[in-house]
Amino acid sequence: MNGYYFSFCGTNCVAMPSGALYLPDNSLLCVSDLHLGKSERIARRSGRMLPPYEVQQTLQKLDDDLTMTTPESVVCLGDSFDDLDAAAQLGDDMRLWLAGMQAGRNWVWIEGNHDPGPIELGGTHRREMRIGSLTLRHIATDASAEVSGHYHPKHRLAGRSRPAFLYDKDRMIMPAYGAYTGGLASNAPVLRALFGTSPIAVMTGHKAIPVPTGNG
Amino acid sequence: MNPLPPIFKDWFDRRGWDVHPHQQAMLDQATDRALMLIAPTGGGKTLGGFLPSLIELADGAHAGLHTLYVSPLKALAADIKRNLRTPVDDMGLPIRIEDRTGDTSYTQKRRQRADPPQILLTTPESLALLLSYEDAPRIFNGLQRIIVDEIHALAESKRGDQLMLALSRLQTLAPNLRRVGLSATVEDPQAIANQLACHPDPCTIINADPGPDPDIAMLLTAEKPPWSGGGAKYAIPAVLEQVKQHNTTLIFHNTRAQAEIFFHNLWLANTDDLPIGIHHGSLSREQREKVEAAMVAGQLRAIVCTGSLDLGIDWGNVDLVIQVGAPKNVKRLVQRIGRANHRYNAPSKALLVPANRFEVVECVAALEAAKAHELDGDPKGPGPRDVLCQHILITACAGPFDESVLYAEIKTVGAYQGLSRAAFDDCLDFCATGGYALRAYDKWKRLLQTPDGMWQLRDPRASQRIRMNIGTIQDTDTLKVRLKGNFKPLGEVEEAFAATLTQGDTFLIGGQVVRYENLKEMTVEVSRRADKAPKIATFMGTKFANSTQLSQRILRMFAQPDWPTLPAHTSEWLNLQRKFSKLPEANRILVESFPHDGRHHICVYGFAGRNAMQTLGMLLTQRMEEKGLHPLGFVATDYATLIWGLDPVNDPAPLFEATNIRADFETWLSGNAVMKKTFRGAATIAGLIERNLPQARKSGRQATFSSDILYETLTKYDPDHLMLRITREEALRGLVDFGRIEEMLSRTAGRIDHVVLNRVTPLSLPMFLERGRIGVAGAGQDRILEEEAARLMQAAGVQSL
Repeated sequence: MNGYYFSFCGTNCVAMPSGALYLPDNSLLCVSDLHLGKSERIARRSGRMLPPYEVQQTLQKLDDDLTMTTPESVVCLGDSFDDLDAAAQLGDDMRLWLAGMQAGRNWVWIEGNHDPGPIELGGTHRREMRIGSLTLRHIATDASAEVSGHYHPKHRLAGRSRPAFLYDKDRMIMPAYGAYTGGLASNAPVLRALFGTSPIAVMTGHKAIPVPTGNG
Repeated sequence: MNPLPPIFKDWFDRRGWDVHPHQQAMLDQATDRALMLIAPTGGGKTLGGFLPSLIELADGAHAGLHTLYVSPLKALAADIKRNLRTPVDDMGLPIRIEDRTGDTSYTQKRRQRADPPQILLTTPESLALLLSYEDAPRIFNGLQRIIVDEIHALAESKRGDQLMLALSRLQTLAPNLRRVGLSATVEDPQAIANQLACHPDPCTIINADPGPDPDIAMLLTAEKPPWSGGGAKYAIPAVLEQVKQHNTTLIFHNTRAQAEIFFHNLWLANTDDLPIGIHHGSLSREQREKVEAAMVAGQLRAIVCTGSLDLGIDWGNVDLVIQVGAPKNVKRLVQRIGRANHRYNAPSKALLVPANRFEVVECVAALEAAKAHELDGDPKGPGPRDVLCQHILITACAGPFDESVLYAEIKTVGAYQGLSRAAFDDCLDFCATGGYALRAYDKWKRLLQTPDGMWQLRDPRASQRIRMNIGTIQDTDTLKVRLKGNFKPLGEVEEAFAATLTQGDTFLIGGQVVRYENLKEMTVEVSRRADKAPKIATFMGTKFANSTQLSQRILRMFAQPDWPTLPAHTSEWLNLQRKFSKLPEANRILVESFPHDGRHHICVYGFAGRNAMQTLGMLLTQRMEEKGLHPLGFVATDYATLIWGLDPVNDPAPLFEATNIRADFETWLSGNAVMKKTFRGAATIAGLIERNLPQARKSGRQATFSSDILYETLTKYDPDHLMLRITREEALRGLVDFGRIEEMLSRTAGRIDHVVLNRVTPLSLPMFLERGRIGVAGAGQDRILEEEAARLMQAAGVQSL
């Protein structure tokens, strides 16, 4: 696996090239901001009809990661659905696929700003959760030992911009996992304000590549 | 013959003017349904186009819009308004003339829709927007004439296709509409006439006297041109001397970066402080307008420029055009030169400055082609379907439409006359449902069919978004550049160029060397530097490929026994090549193999133009990689591709096996960056993705995700989707230019001459100095990223936290 192994607040972590976070000692896979149903929502609201294969593509990626890591628990860190209507409109074939992945696993949906209410799919629903020393929630607070998503960070190096994990000694912000998700530059003021020191970016792609951001 | 009405005759007499024969012909043919005038600049072309309108409107009987004038440039519309005012005011004609462009105020635009003037001057985009309104039928129902200015320039691009589709709509709204085109000299007037006319109507073509042949020559310099490079620095003293001898000189360059470097060097040598300006598309609008105004006022002795100065502004005092670098395309050269020396019937004067030794050959070929009146140009393909999709959406904005009526209307557009019903249905289906093969949007279609069979927008509010995306001009993402602490921008650079800069890098903009400081709120902040040599400005290097006709002319020159028209330094060089290796021939591919610097090299002379030679480089290295020949990199020019690697190529023939090349091409194409770029353009025009709005970019958050994701998704799940088919067809013609590789393969039909030598050959020598070397990415992008990241991690003293 082309992941990047590191220790975060005393917990062993693997930043996967796909943008998932794997905690081997806890047998847990965490993904953030799947935004399932995004193309559906865009069509509903703007009339533009993007290739409607984005749920398929995101679930395929997740399926591949599950096959590789075989975790006991899966945490979806919020904004798993682009909105509650999109969740309701999910096709039967996609629901079945999701159910297959959930079978035999402890599956947690953390609520996000796009999908606050409970969703009629398997798994439990939480506002946040604790794993060992870590707290997992959708939007970063100023608490330490925290893993969150929401901002879709991206980092640019050698002229290429890729979704990236950002972390320092206190917090980690995960990249968006969904196929149709934009991003926020790692040096955007809102992200700079969240990190006390210059965070490390782990760029995703064929291989997870760590690089200092140099953002003070 | 239709004589001028007395009031017009008096006006001409008072000014001491005679009606030009082509203006008279325009009057005589004024009732033709399609009419095209081909005339050089300064020949009263515009007046020729407007005279029939002015005469028809002179009695004040026509209510509402009579004549629509469309030009490619906003500035041109404003100019024409000023120029038309003179005769209209002098004769006291009851004619209202207004312009309508992106710069027109909201209130003015509203008023124009309620109460249109008799003559409206506009651009293709503003016209498309007008047609998207529900009241379009009322605005246009009395329209009599449409005048398309600079139709030769529009006809080359998608803007022309959009305009002609708009004309088909107008013709339905105003059945008596007559179409008039005004064009510069072109190689195939009939092709443009066919685009203009309402198919299958004929189009009358009127040719004005083209005037005397231009006086074109190569600039002779004491110093020899260098072996390679595009700077033409050697010619600076000779160019300055010419500037001194003329009133106003325009110094054209093929790329903006070359113009910047030349301007910089020109100033270093300009000891007399001659007023010289620079003008190109990356400079801020304020700066360009300043230079244009100074030029019109006759305050400048020379302007270093690119094609951005080709259209629109008055070339009044220009008496010399200098083209630096081989012109690559004879038609563009001739049109440019034709604009200098505005006095009709005086020959225009031009000098060509080859930037390097090979360009000497190219310049001589271009000179001979110009003298023989042999213009070049590639025939245009059928009307692009992304533009058609946009047209369907625009039509839907104006109100419900019937698909068969719309199809019949589109078939009257010359470029779409061959459009099959199936192809049209594809486009309609794409607009209505997205056109996906495997999954569909059940509830949220864009267009719905009502029970009576008419198509309309599902949500009428969508029309606003469609209107915001009207147009076919591709704006690249650019960032403003300004001096730190200064508000006024110096110009713009491409976002991709800015991304490669690190603090301390220097580059040229607006003729000054600046140092990159930082990126602040999507603006590149720089400071001034007194350095003489900047890091090269690579922004916006549009490189034109040599036209097919020019390449063939060069190959014909190579076949000559000697070259009396070439300067001695160049003919000696060609003789050396003939002695040690051989000169390339038109119906064969020459491949030279030789070692150099510890690497094996092959140089392939295909003469297919830069884009195609670059594509060939990618294909050949891919094949060599498969054969285990370890290619390391290549570089391409208009005439050859040079490849280096670890192993020798003993038998090049299988590399050129046509079926292999085509098969490799298929695999290579799908992952290619050019395809992604082309896809982005087509998908934006067709309304699948929206233009990047400036506000969204400013916040640093992308309004939408990258179009590359959509491209990859489609390639994976729906490879036969309309957008991918359009992308492919376009890339083949454009930057990938596989069409010319096909042409090369059929021209040479497997006849390959392999010459093995022990040293670099004279003709390949310039290739070694060429910029734009491309490494063969065996391990790919990640490798580059990884090494750079590792270096930074180490430098930062962190392995992890």
